[in-house]
Amino acid sequence: MADQGLEGSNPVDLSKHPSGIVPTPHSPVIYKMPPRIAAIRLVSSHREVYEPCDDSFALVDALLADRTNLIEHNPKICMEIGCGSGYVITSLILLLKNEVPGVHYLATDTNPIATRVTKETLQAHGVDADVICADIASVLEKRLSGSVDVIVVNPPYVPTPEYEVGMEGIASAWAGGENGRTVIDKILPVVDLLLSEKGWFYLVTLTSNFPAEICLMMRKKGYASRIVVQRSTEEENLVILKFWRDKDEESEEKETSSSSFVSQFSKSLSSLMEKQWR
Amino acid sequence: MRLITHNMLSCNIKGVTNGFPLRIEAGNVIEKEVDFNPDFIRHMFAKIEWKALVEGARSMGYAELPEDSPDAAVLKSDEPFLKKLHHALLELHLEEGALVCPETGRKFPVNKGIPNMLLHEDEV
Repeated sequence: MADQGLEGSNPVDLSKHPSGIVPTPHSPVIYKMPPRIAAIRLVSSHREVYEPCDDSFALVDALLADRTNLIEHNPKICMEIGCGSGYVITSLILLLKNEVPGVHYLATDTNPIATRVTKETLQAHGVDADVICADIASVLEKRLSGSVDVIVVNPPYVPTPEYEVGMEGIASAWAGGENGRTVIDKILPVVDLLLSEKGWFYLVTLTSNFPAEICLMMRKKGYASRIVVQRSTEEENLVILKFWRDKDEESEEKETSSSSFVSQFSKSLSSLMEKQWR
Repeated sequence: MRLITHNMLSCNIKGVTNGFPLRIEAGNVIEKEVDFNPDFIRHMFAKIEWKALVEGARSMGYAELPEDSPDAAVLKSDEPFLKKLHHALLELHLEEGALVCPETGRKFPVNKGIPNMLLHEDEV
C-alpha cells in the first residue's frame, strides 16, 4: 500500500542531476529518488485550520501517481480551491517544480486564517503561489474562465446538518451538508467554467458522497473520469477522482445508460477496495 | 499578490457589472526575483488585459510599461521588453494595501500579500 503513491515516479535522470554525478558504463548509479512533496514538519498550523490528514495525503498520493502525466500535461495555470494548511498546493508545486518551468499557481480559501497558514507553508518550502481569500473562486470566474489547466480540490465532504455549512473557521474545512455534497455541488460548475480545454480536475470524495453520481453529473457536462486513488481508513472510505474533458463522452452517453454507468463505477471501486485489503 | 493575479480578479458584489479592474492602493510593495521564462510570458500575454496591467504596475510604482499594448513582433523578439513584462507580472508583490472596486468603491484589504475578497452578507 505504501508503494502505491509512488507509482508515477520515475528514476532520476542522473545526467541532469545537480550532484553532477554522471553514470558511466563502469559505474552505473541506479537508485530511485521519490519526487519531493511538502514536509509535515514545515507545514504551518493554527487551531482554526484543518491539518493535513488522510484525505490530504490521499490527494497528494493521487498527484504523485499521476506525476508523469502531469509533467507531460505541461500546465500553465494550476489552482487549488480550499487550500487549508497549504499542504496540497505546496506539494503540487514541488512535484512539478523542476520539470515544468513557468507555471502560475493560485490558491483560494474561504477561511482568512487558512490563507495565511498556506502562505507560511509555501514560504517554509521556499516556493510561492498567489493566495486569495474568497468563497470558492467566484472572483476569478470572469477573467479566468477556460484558462486553468489543473484544479485540485479537497472539499468539505463530511455529511453534516445543512446549517453547519458555511460556518466560519475550521468547520468550513469539513462541513459538507446533506451527503457531504452541498459544497461539492457548488464547486463543480465553477470548475467546469474555469478549466481549459485540456484541463484536469482532481477531487477528494467519500463513498458516502456518492462519487458515481458526481462522475455522472460531470459526464453530462462532457467529462470523462477515473478513480486515481482509493483508500479505506478506520473512519472513512476515500476516493480520489480525476476528471478531464472528453469529446466522445457526450455521444457515448446515449449508448451507456446512467444505471449501467453507476454499476460499472461501483464494480471498479469494489475491485480497488479488495486490492487494498488483499 | 502579484499583478498577474490582479489581472484575473474582479469584484463580484451582487449587481456589480463592471468589477474589473480593481484599483490598487499600494501600502507596501516588495520585489522578489523569479527565473525569466520568455515562453511563459508570451503565453500569459494572450490572457492579460493590457490597460489593467499598466495601471496596476503604475500604482505599484513601476512605470516602465508602454501605454499601448505591444504587437506580436515585439513579443517575439524584444527581450528587454519581455523582461519588463516579466518583472511587472511576476516580481512585484502587493504585500499591504487594498483593492478597490471600480464601480462601488468597496475596498478589499490586502494583508501579508493576501487579498481578502470575502463579501458581506448584504453584498452576496
